[in-house]
Amino acid sequence: MPALSLAAMRKGARGVVTSVADDRQSVGDSARSTVSRRLLELGFCPGEHVEVIEEIWPGADPIAVRVGNSVFALRRREAAAVMVEVEDRGTG
Amino acid sequence: MSVHAATVDAFQLALIGVPNSGKTALFNRLTGSRQKVANYAGVTVERKEGVFVGPSRERSYRVLDLPGAYSLTPTTLDEAITRDLLLGRLSGETAPRFIVCVADATNLRLNLRLVLELKDLGIPMIVALNMSDLARSRGFDVDAAALERELGVPVVETVAVARDGDRQLIERLESLSLPAASRPIEWRETDLAQIERTQREVRRILRAIGYAEPARHRALRQIDTLVMHPVAGLAILATLLFLVFQAVFSWAAVPMDMIDGSIAALGQFIQQTLPDGALRSLLVDGIVAGIGSVLVFLPQILILFFFILLLEESGYLPRAAYLLDRLMGSVGLSGRAFIPLLSSFACAIPGIMATRTIPNLRDRLATIMIAPLMTCSARLPVYALVIAAFIPHRAAGPFNLQGVVLFVLYAAGIVSAMAVAYLLKRTVMHASYHPLLLELPEYHWPNPRNLLIGLWERARIFLTRVGTIILSLMIVLWFLSTFPAPPPDATGPAIQYSIAGYIGRGLEHLFAPIGFNWQISLALVPGLAAREVAVGALGTVYSLSATDDALAGALTPMIASTWSLATALSLLAWYVFAPQCLSTLAVVKRETNSWRYPLLMAGYLFALAYVASFITYRVAVALTA
Repeated sequence: MPALSLAAMRKGARGVVTSVADDRQSVGDSARSTVSRRLLELGFCPGEHVEVIEEIWPGADPIAVRVGNSVFALRRREAAAVMVEVEDRGTG
Repeated sequence: MSVHAATVDAFQLALIGVPNSGKTALFNRLTGSRQKVANYAGVTVERKEGVFVGPSRERSYRVLDLPGAYSLTPTTLDEAITRDLLLGRLSGETAPRFIVCVADATNLRLNLRLVLELKDLGIPMIVALNMSDLARSRGFDVDAAALERELGVPVVETVAVARDGDRQLIERLESLSLPAASRPIEWRETDLAQIERTQREVRRILRAIGYAEPARHRALRQIDTLVMHPVAGLAILATLLFLVFQAVFSWAAVPMDMIDGSIAALGQFIQQTLPDGALRSLLVDGIVAGIGSVLVFLPQILILFFFILLLEESGYLPRAAYLLDRLMGSVGLSGRAFIPLLSSFACAIPGIMATRTIPNLRDRLATIMIAPLMTCSARLPVYALVIAAFIPHRAAGPFNLQGVVLFVLYAAGIVSAMAVAYLLKRTVMHASYHPLLLELPEYHWPNPRNLLIGLWERARIFLTRVGTIILSLMIVLWFLSTFPAPPPDATGPAIQYSIAGYIGRGLEHLFAPIGFNWQISLALVPGLAAREVAVGALGTVYSLSATDDALAGALTPMIASTWSLATALSLLAWYVFAPQCLSTLAVVKRETNSWRYPLLMAGYLFALAYVASFITYRVAVALTA
C-alpha cells in the first residue's frame, strides 16, 4: 500500500507511521516547540499504528487520531507532517 | 500537631507527570487538605504545595505539585514553569532535590518518554506507576520490578483514588536518606533525532517488560462514537450546557435564600444590639449588607464549578474543545478557548486563569479579552432587578417574556464576544495560524474526594476575595456616602449631600445621553468594584435602609415608578458590556504582566457599553414616544 500523509486519511483509515517531517510550524510561543517535535513526543513516531477515528463536519477537520493507547485531536494541517503507510483506507 | 515544627528538616519533593496521569489526585492523596495554593511569582499559574508526615512520625514531607507537562520543551505557560522550576531557573524558587514522576500505568507508551527525559537531568527520582489498579482490572499487569530494572530508577505502584493507595510510595520514601542540596543542572534541548531515539528506547523497555496495552473497552468506544460525532456530539454538548445552567439557577435558590436570611438576621441582631450611631451604620449598612450581597453568589459559583470539575475529571472537556474547534476557529479562536469561556459564565476571573492552557500568546490574549463578555453570575442580580421591575411576567409563545429577555442578554454577550474575537484577529492580533494538538484522555469516573478538594479551593478563593477587596471597598463606599452629613435644613435624602452624591451628579452629565439619572450614575461608581454591588448601592442611594432581600423587594417598585422603560433597557445594555469589575482587570494585569491589556480591555468595553446603551436608549425613546 502507498505512503500517504496523515492529513489525507479519512475516517476509519489505518496505517503505520513511516516518518515525521520537520515542518518548523511553532506550537507555542517558543520557536523551538514545533508541531513535529510535539507529534514525536506524543508518540507519532515511526513504527506506531495510527487510526483516524473521527472527523468533524463540514470539511472533515479537525480529526481525532488514535496512536498507541492515546487519542489526539489535531487539524489536518498539523497531520500533514506525519507520513503513514496505509493499511486500510477507511470509509471517509 | 508537630507538622510545622518538623518541617525544619523536611524531605522536599516535587511531583511531575504528563497531563491526565493522575498527578493531582496523587497529590491530594498524599497531602489531603494540608495544601497551600498560591501563584508562581509574576504569573497566575497555580503553585500547589502540601505537607504530610511519614508513618514513623520522624520525618515530614513538603510536596510541590508541578503543572502537568508532556515534555521539557514547553508549548504552554504551565510547561514552561515546570521546566524552569526543575532547572532552578525560576526566580524565587529553588530547584527540587527529589522528584516523583507520576506515570499512568494504563498508558506507559505516552508517559515513559518524559520519565527518560527527566532521568537524564540527574535529579534523584522515583517513578509512581499510577492507576495500577485500573491496569490490573483491564487484565494486564505492569511488572514494576522489571520496569525498575530497565529504567534504573525506583518504581512503585500507586492508586491515587484509593485509601492507602500511596502506601508503597511512602514506604519507599521513608527508606531514603534526605537528598543533598541540588547541583546546577546542565540541560540542552533535544533535537528531533534524539526524540526518535528516546521513543525507540521506550518501545524497547515496553517489550522487555512484556507490556501490552489491552484493547479499549467496547462501551467506551461506543460512547466516543456518540460523544465525538460531528452532529450528535454537538447536540449532547448543547444539552449538557443547558442542564448545567438550569442547575445553577434552580439548585442555588434554596441555599441563596438561606444565606440571605442569615445575613438579614445578623444585620437585625446588630441593629438591635448596638446603640444608634456611625458604628452601627457602618456595620449594618456598610459591611453586613455589602458583604451579604456578594456572598449570596457562593452557591451558584460552587454549583457551576462542580459541573466544570465533573466534566474535567471525567475527560469530557477536551472532547468539547475538539467538537467546537471548527466553530470557534471561524472567529479565529482555538477550540481550547472553550474551557476558559465556559468558566467565565460563573466568573471571568477563574476563566482568565484557565487560559494558561492555551499554547499561543495571541490566542490566549484574544480569549482573555473576550472572557468578560460572557455573562458572569455577578450580572444576574442587576438583570434580575431590572427585569422584575420593567418586563411583564407574561407568556411569549411557549416561553416566559422575562426568561426571553434574560436569554437575549446572555446571547448578546456571546455574539458580541465572537464579533470582538473576529475583529481582534483581523486587526490588532494579526491573522496567524495556531496549531491544535490536544490529548483526548480516557474517560474516568470522577473521584468525590478530588471534586471536594477542588470545590473547597474555589470557595476559598472566592471567600478571600469577599473578605479583602470587596470588604474594603464597601467600607470606602460607606464613608463616601455618609460624609459629610446633610445640613440640618436638608430636604432630599442624606446621601445627596455626601461626597458620593457630588460624584454622582458630576457623572450624570456624562451619562445623561444614555438615559441614566444621578442615582444610577452614582451606583455605577461602587459598582466598579463588583457588578452586583450596584444593586446594594442603588438601595443606599434610594435611601432604603432595609436588608438586601427586602431591599430588592422595595427597590423594584421604586425604580419601576421613577425610571422610564428606555432607561431600564439602556442599563441592561450597559451591563452586557461594561467592565464593572476591578478584580477582573487586576487579574488581566497579573496574567499578561502589563498594564496595556487591562487598559485596552477597560477602554474597549466601556466604549462598547456606551455605544450600545446610547443606541438602546434612543431607539427605545423613539419607539415608546
